[in-house]
Amino acid sequence: MNIWVYVLRRLLYVIPILLGVCLIIFVLFNVVAGDPTHLLLGKHATAKQMAELRHELGLDRPWFFQYLDLVKSAFTFDFGRSWSTKQSITTMISEGALPSLTLTIPGFVLTTIFSVSLSLLVAFYRGSFFDRFSVFICVGLMSISSLAYILFGQWFFAYYLGWFEISGYDSEFPNWIPYVQLPVLIWIILSIGPDLRFFRTIMLDEVYQDYVRTARSKGLGEKVILFKHVLKNAMIPIITYVVIQIPFLILGALLIESFFGIPGLGGITLNAINSSDFPVIRAMTVLSAVAYIIFSVITDVLYTIVDPRVRLK
Amino acid sequence: MENAQVVTANMTQNKEQKSKSLWRHAFETLMKDKMAVAAIAIFIIYSIIALLTSVDIIAGDWAKEVGASYSPPSVENWFGTDIFGRSVVAKTLKGTQVAMSIGLFTATLSAIIGIILGSIAGYYGGKVDEIIVWFYTTFSSIPGIMLLVAITFILGKGLVAVYLALGLTSWVSLCRLIRGEVIRHKDREYVHAATAIGGGDFRKLFMHILPNVLHIVIINFSLQFQVAIKSEVILSYLGLGVQGRPSWGTMIDDAKLELARGVWWQLAAATFAMFVIVLSLNILGDALRDALDPKLKGK
Repeated sequence: MNIWVYVLRRLLYVIPILLGVCLIIFVLFNVVAGDPTHLLLGKHATAKQMAELRHELGLDRPWFFQYLDLVKSAFTFDFGRSWSTKQSITTMISEGALPSLTLTIPGFVLTTIFSVSLSLLVAFYRGSFFDRFSVFICVGLMSISSLAYILFGQWFFAYYLGWFEISGYDSEFPNWIPYVQLPVLIWIILSIGPDLRFFRTIMLDEVYQDYVRTARSKGLGEKVILFKHVLKNAMIPIITYVVIQIPFLILGALLIESFFGIPGLGGITLNAINSSDFPVIRAMTVLSAVAYIIFSVITDVLYTIVDPRVRLK
Repeated sequence: MENAQVVTANMTQNKEQKSKSLWRHAFETLMKDKMAVAAIAIFIIYSIIALLTSVDIIAGDWAKEVGASYSPPSVENWFGTDIFGRSVVAKTLKGTQVAMSIGLFTATLSAIIGIILGSIAGYYGGKVDEIIVWFYTTFSSIPGIMLLVAITFILGKGLVAVYLALGLTSWVSLCRLIRGEVIRHKDREYVHAATAIGGGDFRKLFMHILPNVLHIVIINFSLQFQVAIKSEVILSYLGLGVQGRPSWGTMIDDAKLELARGVWWQLAAATFAMFVIVLSLNILGDALRDALDPKLKGK
C-alpha cells in the first residue's frame, strides 16, 4: 500500500474518534452535569432570570444543535467565552500557550536527553549493581506523590534556601528564565523515573536480539554495538514514546503551573476547575483530545516511515 | 525446546511427581525474591491496619485533641499535631483505610470493565470489536485528568465518587492487553477442543481462555492499585477528594499552607506512609511480571 493512502485512511479514522470525543464531553458536561444556571446565578435567582441566562448561553436549543456546536468548535477552535472572566477562550488559550511551553519544552528536552543517555549506560552495565540500583531509584522516585515534590521543592529550595524564585512570571524573554528554573527541575525529577525505566526496558529488549549476537561474534566492541546498533533500533519505540507526549507539552503542567504562578494553560485549566467554569474546561478537554488524536496519527505515520518492517494494514 | 526436554526427562525419572503449573512455578519464583516477599508483607500489614482502623480498634480517636495546635514531633506525638491539635500519627493510620479502599475498589472496577470489554472485543471480533476499539480509542483520547474532573463534578464529592471516577478512567490499558491476548488464544487447539465437546462461547471465554490471560490482570491490578493511591492526592488538591475524614491526599494538600509556618510533619508522615506502600506495590508488580510473564523467562 502506498504511504499516502495509509495517511489518508488514518486521517479518515480520526473523524469517528473526534465525533466520539465530542459526544463523551457533551454527555458529561451538557447532559449529566445538569443545569449550570443555578451555579452561575446562585440560590436566589428567579425563574425569569434563569430562563434568560439559559437563552443567552444557548442551552434552550435542541441538544442536537448544542452537540453540533461542540463538534464545530473542535475544528474552528472557537470556544465562546469564559463564564467567570467573560474573556474569549481562544484568546486565553493563545496567551497561555507560550508560558506553558517555556516550562514544558526545557523540561521535556532535558528529561529525554538525560533518560536516553542514562538508559544506554544502564544497558551497558546490565545486571550489575549499578543497573539494579538505578531501577530501584527510578521506582523510588515514582513512589512519591507529585504534589509532595512540588510542595517540598518550593518550600525548601525557593523559600528556605532562597535559591530560586518562589512564584511568579514575566512574559519578556530573558526575564522568565529565573521563574521557570525550579519548575523545570521538578518536572525533570517527576518524569525521569518512568522515562528511564521505559527506555531501559527498550534497550534491554534490543540487547538480547540476534543481530546483537551477530555483531558481537564479528568482534565488534560493546560500545560500538550499543551506540551504532542498539540505539538505532531502539530509536523506533523511543520516537513513538516521545512524539505522543508533545501535545501534552502545550497543555502545560496542571499542578506545577498553579503552584509557581505561571500563567499557562495548566494554570488556566486549574482555575476553571476551581470556579466550575464549564466552557473553559470543555474547551481545554476538546483541545487536548484533538492534539492527542493528531499526534497519534503523526506517530503512526512516523512509525511506518522509520521502520520498514511495519506493514501497512 | 530445552524446557520440553527437561520436562520429559523429569517425567521418565519419577512418574508419580506432578509437573509444576504456571501458578505453582510463579509462586515459587516469587517466594525466592526477597524484595517481593518484603513487599507482600508490607501490603498485608497495610491491609490489616486498614481493616483495624475501619472497625475503630486503632486510630478510632483520631479526631481527639491530643495537644496544642501544630505542636512539633515529640515523645508522645511522634509526628506532632495538626491545626486542630489532632495526632498526625492517628490521622496517617486512619488515612490507610481510605488509601487501601481506593486502591482496592478502583483496581477491581477497572479490572472488571477491562476484562469484560477486552474479552468480548477479542473473542467476537468483527463489528463488536470495531465498536469497542472505537470506544476505548475515543475514551483514551481525552486526558485522564479532565475525565476525572468531569466525573467527580457529576457524582459530587466523597469516597464513592473517587472510587468510580478513578475506576472508570483507568480500564483502557487492561482492556487493550486482554483483547490482544484473547485474539492470540481464541484459535488455539484447546479452545477448538472445548468447541468439539460442546462448550458454548461463554464457557470457552471465561472457563478456558480467561485463566490463560489472568496473569495480565494480576500484574495490572497491582499497578492500578498504586496509581489510584497516588491519584487520590491530586483529586484532594483539586478539592474533589475525600471529605470529612483524614486521607493522605488531604494531609499532603494541607501542607501547602503549613510549610511556610515550618510545619513539615504532616507532609512528611503522609508522604512516607504513601511512599512505603506505593514502592512495595511497584516492586511487587515488577516481581509478578517476572514470575508470571512467560515471554520474559530466562532473561
